[in-house]
Amino acid sequence: MMSNGMALLAIFTLSVFVGFEVVSKVSSTLHTPLMSGANAIHGVILVGAIVVADHSSNNVELWLALTAIVLATINMVGGFVVTDRMLEMFKAKKK
Amino acid sequence: MNRNLYDLIGLAASVCFILALKGLSHPKTARRGNLIGAFGATVATLLVFFFTGNKEDKNYHALPLHHLPLILGAVAIGLLVGVPAARKVQMTAMPQLVALFNGVGGGAAALVAIVEYLKLGTEATSAEVIATVFTVIVGSVSFSGSCITFAKLQELMTTRPVVFPGGRFVIALNVGGVFAAAGWVINSGGNTSLAVLGGLSLLFGVLFVLPVGGADVPIVISLLNAFTGLTVAASGYVLQATLLIVAGTLVGASGTILTRLMADAMGRSLFKTLFGAFTAKPQAATDAAEARPVKSGSPEDVAILLNYARRVVIVPGFGLAVAQAQHTVREMADVLAAKGIEVAYGIHPVAGRMPGHMNVLLAEANVPYEQLAEMEEVNPTFSQTDVALVIGANDVVNPAAKNTPGCPIYGMPILEVADAANVIFLKRSMRPGFAGIENELLYDPKTTLLFGDAKETLTKVVSALKSL
Repeated sequence: MMSNGMALLAIFTLSVFVGFEVVSKVSSTLHTPLMSGANAIHGVILVGAIVVADHSSNNVELWLALTAIVLATINMVGGFVVTDRMLEMFKAKKK
Repeated sequence: MNRNLYDLIGLAASVCFILALKGLSHPKTARRGNLIGAFGATVATLLVFFFTGNKEDKNYHALPLHHLPLILGAVAIGLLVGVPAARKVQMTAMPQLVALFNGVGGGAAALVAIVEYLKLGTEATSAEVIATVFTVIVGSVSFSGSCITFAKLQELMTTRPVVFPGGRFVIALNVGGVFAAAGWVINSGGNTSLAVLGGLSLLFGVLFVLPVGGADVPIVISLLNAFTGLTVAASGYVLQATLLIVAGTLVGASGTILTRLMADAMGRSLFKTLFGAFTAKPQAATDAAEARPVKSGSPEDVAILLNYARRVVIVPGFGLAVAQAQHTVREMADVLAAKGIEVAYGIHPVAGRMPGHMNVLLAEANVPYEQLAEMEEVNPTFSQTDVALVIGANDVVNPAAKNTPGCPIYGMPILEVADAANVIFLKRSMRPGFAGIENELLYDPKTTLLFGDAKETLTKVVSALKSL
């Protein structure tokens, strides 16, 4: 069994390749929604923000963490909603 | 049992993100892909509220969470800001909103690493400190850089490259400062060194984006998006949270590829775009030819030209979007089609403010998909086209991209409207386009200019067409 650090490094390395493969061919029409969707996905840093808010041991840490929660929520939720709005319009034209 | 379930659900969320990116890469599955991503992110978030995580990992936390009311309050504020912003934004202003969302994400990731670092204090391992330093630098650059791209796209500031004397020297000094501060954090640590590192990184984000010209801004947004992804991955490393590492790395890797694809579509050198900061020289302003004669026409003249054409290619640009004229354009295209005139839309990959932006806007106006032609399809047909109607576009048809080495858009593929028998420009004024470059085509004898708001003038053209 790998050490924890090595396991995380392995996960990182494999994720790099998956990330490269998944978007290798995209028509330019979809560049903007894809960027916007990927942008929403990294909003999952919200999870980290909540965890460090729980960990915080003084007010400075707590308020920094709460700020991070607000920002991450905006990133995640706003990102998915705006991407959906963009893609909704693509769908309309097929009818 | 509990522990395995936690890891399994986390794994399922990671798979959702992979499927999301995969789905978003194809037109038919794009919307579903986005929903899968949203589902995965929701599951990942809920997981924190119901599971403690693994005891031996750094992301282990109490249940119920400490400060739960404050946490829920912060999430609520985020929802109250993010959702209305995303729902109400005009489709024309969407690129800058995406830039802003990306910036706050980068800021959040930097803050997460900072808080965890403060808590670990001297217990942090060197790998953790390095990951923190990386997160603070890249997250801060992403945050301040995104703010500048927002200001450029919102036209709160000039869209031209901002280059000041000694700029290269200042940037080099800034980069040196960032590295020095990083070394300081790694060697001795402490809050002051971290604050200095954050401050210098924020400054670098500003200096890095300022020299980027308007036309290259989408590439920079995409790159900063990839940066934020890597920041999230590094935060995940500090917190030993697998999910964050997977999600962040996926975005970082796919974002890098996407940035390259975009740069290729625009015919831009990624290197030149990114290191413009180090190589750009102050440019002489191009305000020479204001008094040169141009041929301007009335809506009736334009209607007559269109009426006797056999083939018309409409080239929509950002001006059309600003005037909200997409519905009027479609009406005009319908009238022309009813007269037996062949109509196509020539869509430049970066028409509007971002790749694909114009397709979104025209789709909103129910323009039939078959009429939308990409640049490679439409360019060879311009020589058989009687009228090229350029509506609120400028840079994407500017021959300077082919003929004037050294101009900011040189090398960008353009729509070759100059090959058409007649060119009509609908413009508000003689003001140059987003990239700030004079367009020689405006002075060409076969060009007719129709000044005014795109929607108003097009409405007049439509009624003139109907009466012919």
